[in-house]
Amino acid sequence: MVAAIKQPGWIRGALGAILGAAFGFALVVALRKASGLPAYQTEQTGYPQVVVPLISGPLGFLLGFGCFDYWLRWAAGMPTIPEDHSQHGAKSWKDYFRFNTDHKVIGIQYICTTFFFFFVGGLMAMLIRAELAQPGTQIVDAATYNSLFSTHAVLMIFVFVIPVFAGIANYVLPLMIGAPDMAFPRLNALSFWMLPLAGLLFIGSFLAPGGAFDAGWTGYAPLSTGAPLGQSFFNLGVQFAGASSIATALNFLVTIITMRAPGMTFWRMPLLVWANLSTSLLVVAATPFIAGAQFMVLFDRALHTNFFEFAGGGDVVSYQHIFWFYSHPAVYIMMLPGFGIISEVISTHARKPIFGYRLMALALIGIVVLSYSVWAHHMFVAGMFSWLRVPMMITTLLIAVPTGIKIFSWIGTLYFGKIHTYSTAMLFALAFIVTFTIGGISGVMLGMVPIDIHVSDTYFIVAHIHFVLFGGSVFTIFAGIYHWFPKMTGRMYDERLGRVHFWGTLFGTWVTFIPMHWVGMDGMPRRVADYATQFGEWNLLISCGAFILGAVQLVFLYNMIVSWRFGPRAEANPWRANSIEWLVSSPPPIYNFDEIPRVVGGPYEFGVPGARHAIMAGEGVEAPAKPEPTVVGSS
Amino acid sequence: MYGRLPIAKMLAATVALTAAISAVMLPINWDGQAASTAAPKIDDLLSVMIVLSSFVFSLVMVMLFYALWKFKAKPGDESDGEPIHGNTRLEVAWTVIPTIIVLFGAGYSWSVLSDIEKPADNPLTVDVFSQQYAWSFGYPGKDNVWSQGELHVPVDRQVQFKMHAQDVIHSFWVPEWRIKKDNVPGITTTAIVTPDKLGTYQLICTELCGFGHASMRAKVVVETPADFRKWVAALPEKVPAPLADSIEQDTETNPVPVGAGGA
Repeated sequence: MVAAIKQPGWIRGALGAILGAAFGFALVVALRKASGLPAYQTEQTGYPQVVVPLISGPLGFLLGFGCFDYWLRWAAGMPTIPEDHSQHGAKSWKDYFRFNTDHKVIGIQYICTTFFFFFVGGLMAMLIRAELAQPGTQIVDAATYNSLFSTHAVLMIFVFVIPVFAGIANYVLPLMIGAPDMAFPRLNALSFWMLPLAGLLFIGSFLAPGGAFDAGWTGYAPLSTGAPLGQSFFNLGVQFAGASSIATALNFLVTIITMRAPGMTFWRMPLLVWANLSTSLLVVAATPFIAGAQFMVLFDRALHTNFFEFAGGGDVVSYQHIFWFYSHPAVYIMMLPGFGIISEVISTHARKPIFGYRLMALALIGIVVLSYSVWAHHMFVAGMFSWLRVPMMITTLLIAVPTGIKIFSWIGTLYFGKIHTYSTAMLFALAFIVTFTIGGISGVMLGMVPIDIHVSDTYFIVAHIHFVLFGGSVFTIFAGIYHWFPKMTGRMYDERLGRVHFWGTLFGTWVTFIPMHWVGMDGMPRRVADYATQFGEWNLLISCGAFILGAVQLVFLYNMIVSWRFGPRAEANPWRANSIEWLVSSPPPIYNFDEIPRVVGGPYEFGVPGARHAIMAGEGVEAPAKPEPTVVGSS
Repeated sequence: MYGRLPIAKMLAATVALTAAISAVMLPINWDGQAASTAAPKIDDLLSVMIVLSSFVFSLVMVMLFYALWKFKAKPGDESDGEPIHGNTRLEVAWTVIPTIIVLFGAGYSWSVLSDIEKPADNPLTVDVFSQQYAWSFGYPGKDNVWSQGELHVPVDRQVQFKMHAQDVIHSFWVPEWRIKKDNVPGITTTAIVTPDKLGTYQLICTELCGFGHASMRAKVVVETPADFRKWVAALPEKVPAPLADSIEQDTETNPVPVGAGGA
């Protein structure tokens, strides 16, 4: 028992959480007693005896779990414990439940954790659609309904879409650039372990008096500053998710810039690497803004700082400016990594070089730059300085140009190729082009101020965001998971079940989200548990679509679990792809490469006689004089 | 090499598909009934966008499905496609043409926006007060009377709404008028509308404001000027002092805050 407490792990982690929370609680009570105040404060927004332990408890867990052991020993001048084998690689499922610094283990930890939250958030969506199937309130009351859609959005955005991309990139990106691991493996592990804490804080808010946070994922002040205790869970959860996100982005930046294999110039990087470089540039600069916005709300709630309290001299609209200065770039944080995945999948399965590779990379950078200048298009009716609407409209419409370049280039890649559609990944990639085009078109319409005035805060917005986030981001996530499943697990998934999942998801997406455009334009506001009876039939159809969409995800879950355990063994390169991760065994060996590969050409040289992307160790020093069509895995 | 593609046929298919989609979508009245001078202008903008969007969508679909039909690999074909890396003229074209289209859209939207927000000479000013979960309306005049839960305006006269929120943000939306504006605590926001059809409509709160948000509605009556004058004259109550005091600096149109030398 004593040994278990000394070892980093779950027992010490639980102890750390309890001690941390107890310390925070005691600190609040002691300080309040010393100030002559009652020990507890149970005003609607205050509860310092809960809020402070919510900070110190998770930190205690991270300390106890071993996230800081190496750094603390080093800082204290104690002998550090060198990396033993137990911190790298995973031999059994138990290794995924430990502090592990291997980027491949962390990648899988990320993906499984985020998909857990995807299914929890999805269940909430099912409850929401059950309530909305008919006008009037049947299943949940209005306050619970507000909590449900707020938590649904927050789980999907902060602990599913954003981090699942970090998970996929964590696994694939170091392999792709020929690196043995990420630049900062311990920071990488810490980034991951902050994520479940964020998710648990979001879900745990249902236990708070007054219910879970219910001011929407946007948490506009002053609704959020006056909301019950659950809102503080949101404010703090965002801090953990945001810190995780920022640390990972820094890690990616340093990894991409400094750890590319010799010969991999910027113009030889696969587009997935470009996409994660761009995303990381957005995350490091924009995410501090939402952290700041949520701290300001928390301070308004707990310390009465009056940032957004108009009666105390605060400015209500400024919350939205700070929030959207992060949250619009966040839309691209949720989309650019997906663009990278689509480029890999389409090029590989069309057996063609990416059409206009350099323009594709430049378009990503263009989106990064423009996306910082469009945030106020979320505020066309918010009462901000009215002149600002026109420049923000122009930048918003212009950002459609680099996005259009990407769509056209993917289609251009298909021409004169040999398109294979046996892989579910390719089906999702092709369907993504269609659904994302629709999401992009409704986005351009929303960018136009006169149209936006009519449809903002209606179901048209709900339709648009689900077309770009579900039809867009989630389709790319599925494409990525199917594409790299053989590499990650060493097993093949069942393509037949993959097809069922694909067609069900495509059908469900369209039936669910297309009619939402119509009811929104016709006058149905968003975020309402009850609505006018004239929208009843459409909403019933939407709910049926949503249930199909929800049910078919269980096919995906079954396919992944069963294939991971029992699927046929995957070869090193089942898709005959070119990039480096396919040149090592499936799954790759610990530390990825016996010797760092040498990059000798572009990543998408399909059909070019004799072209190679990389030369693996032991393949000879000189590039072969005789052309070889493809490189078979080194194992 | 692009000479091998049936460009003319693909363009014809794109135009045909655009025409077909537009023919289905244009006759539908997407935005519902129109009851203000701004509504037809916004609906026209939407119609133009529907045609342009149908074209873009059709172009993408024709290009995509032609490729999927023509370049699908035969079973057992393990060879690679042709090593084409790009085409500068094509890439310039699909950068420049969309830029022109969106800039046209921006210019058109801007002109519609300035048109529908142009102040008239003799507008009627109505104060809108919102709170969880009710609307009330203040009318000018020596008594500064107010109405709870029911908004009346005369037909064919521009109305300038000065909006104030008491507690949290609410949003004022009358779908038939196509106008929406947030009511923000601490500042005054403005919306301009000229109702041009008699009738009864619904005012809907569109900014999440708490558990009563879905039912935060008010009745809107557009009536003849004579009926309107009679209705206002019969209003019994005066605007309560705290509401009247809440009318503050309008930071929406004048960026200089109170006390900074403005107004």
